[in-house]
Amino acid sequence: MPFVSPEIFAKQRIAAIQEYSVLSWRAVTNVFSRPRYWADVYTQMDSIGVGSMPIVVLTGFFTGCVLALQSATSLQEFGSVSLTGNLVALSMVKELGPVLTGLMVSGRNASGMASEIGSMKVTEQIDAMRALGTDPLRKLVTPRLYATVFMLFFLTILSDAFGIAGGALVSVALLGLNASSYFHNSYRALAYGDVVQGLTKPLFSGFIIATVGCYFGMTTKGGTQGVGRSTTQAVVVSSVFIIIVDLLVTRAMIGIFGR
Amino acid sequence: MADDSVNSKAFPNATAPNATDPIVVVDDVSIKFDMKPVLQNISFRVEGGETRIILGPAGGGKSVLMKLINGLIQPDSGKILVFGEDVTSMKEVDLFKLRARIGMVFQESALFDSLSVADNVAFRLHEERAPEDQVHQRVEQVLQFVDLDHTMEKFPPELSGGMRRRVSIARAIITNPDLILYDSPTGGLDPITSTTIVDLVIKQRDVSHTTSLMITHRLQDAFLVARSRFNTKTNKVEPIPDGGIDDSTKFLVLNEGKIVFDGSTEELVHSTDPWLKDYLS
Repeated sequence: MPFVSPEIFAKQRIAAIQEYSVLSWRAVTNVFSRPRYWADVYTQMDSIGVGSMPIVVLTGFFTGCVLALQSATSLQEFGSVSLTGNLVALSMVKELGPVLTGLMVSGRNASGMASEIGSMKVTEQIDAMRALGTDPLRKLVTPRLYATVFMLFFLTILSDAFGIAGGALVSVALLGLNASSYFHNSYRALAYGDVVQGLTKPLFSGFIIATVGCYFGMTTKGGTQGVGRSTTQAVVVSSVFIIIVDLLVTRAMIGIFGR
Repeated sequence: MADDSVNSKAFPNATAPNATDPIVVVDDVSIKFDMKPVLQNISFRVEGGETRIILGPAGGGKSVLMKLINGLIQPDSGKILVFGEDVTSMKEVDLFKLRARIGMVFQESALFDSLSVADNVAFRLHEERAPEDQVHQRVEQVLQFVDLDHTMEKFPPELSGGMRRRVSIARAIITNPDLILYDSPTGGLDPITSTTIVDLVIKQRDVSHTTSLMITHRLQDAFLVARSRFNTKTNKVEPIPDGGIDDSTKFLVLNEGKIVFDGSTEELVHSTDPWLKDYLS
């Protein structure tokens, strides 16, 4: 990579932030004017939402299993193994469900968006779309954004549910706990604020996955090597953003709900 | 063949340009990439019904000029008027409307590889929400025009380079645009396939009389366009008798981002410019 002066480097970074902000703003606001591509939104919902279900379910389920096993070891020291349900439910709903689902969907879909749009960019298909009178942001980015935000919300609920189910399986089969008491404790542990916190995070994560994936796709340069670079950057940047925003949302929610 | 049908205005676009107004006016346009000048003070105009062949060595800024005319990129300075509208100061949303009157054939075809040939060709009509039966009929007509009506269900990666270029031409002409931009339509093709593509350009010129700009760095293609005509009776492209030249075909020669020549075929052939003489030989 060639060395550039700090001034040029700073200008490039600021230009990139500006470009990302403009793309995100237009992707959000495009839905308020015609033409709207609902068929593309449904196609993306199927591809992003239904397509990500297996990895989200598996990740949630096994995370719940491991969480139950790990927490039971510590809780045993205090004679509180029966509280495993509380711990699994709280951890899954507030933190692990949203974050792991976000990271999994980011790995699968931010990369997919960056490579798909990036390939279109380097083969002049994006220019061809513009030449044919179609706005690529409206046709490609907006459907992906709304589909990701909408589907990630439900994928997170699915992940939470399978995580709690995984914890139940381990608690009943390996720790000898009563299933009814596990689910009762899980339910009792969750307050309104916890659920709101857990379901607010995927809205932000969905936005990050789609906008970052599409941004790197739309700014791809340098042929197939450039597509590979964009794909990697999209996953890295969106994953890091998801974790940073998770911290900010958690802090804000604690401020609002006090837990 | 579907010459009449292609000529028919099944999907008319906006208003026809006034015959006396130039379709394209490029006025003192310059552009740099990474501080390197690509086009410098380019000025020329293209009249209605004219076929302007842009010649020049590779890397001379021809494709950049084509993208500038279609508003796909913006110049650093200068003005470009297309149908009397300044594309250098228009918002992207207004450019989309203007581009409904322009067809463009890209250098590498730029077909949507996840769409079938029929969907690629029908892309613009689908965007205009045209009725499906009308779309299908029109797609068949233009694919017949380029002799590819048997490939409707195929996908671009299944086609040869020449076939992809013909699909790209079909996609560009499906709405009977008032201006067609051909960006190296014969680039990278073998001589026989190139001739097929050039024949299509001539056919489109003589059947629809559409204003067009065609980039090429192959002299034989350029002179084939200038010295041939489409015979509607025999349905074939043939040389203009007695060594005649098509009056509507003019040339623009670019070298290293500057205009070297702007004029008719006759003037080009008799030019005394040493670089031009060397280039043409």
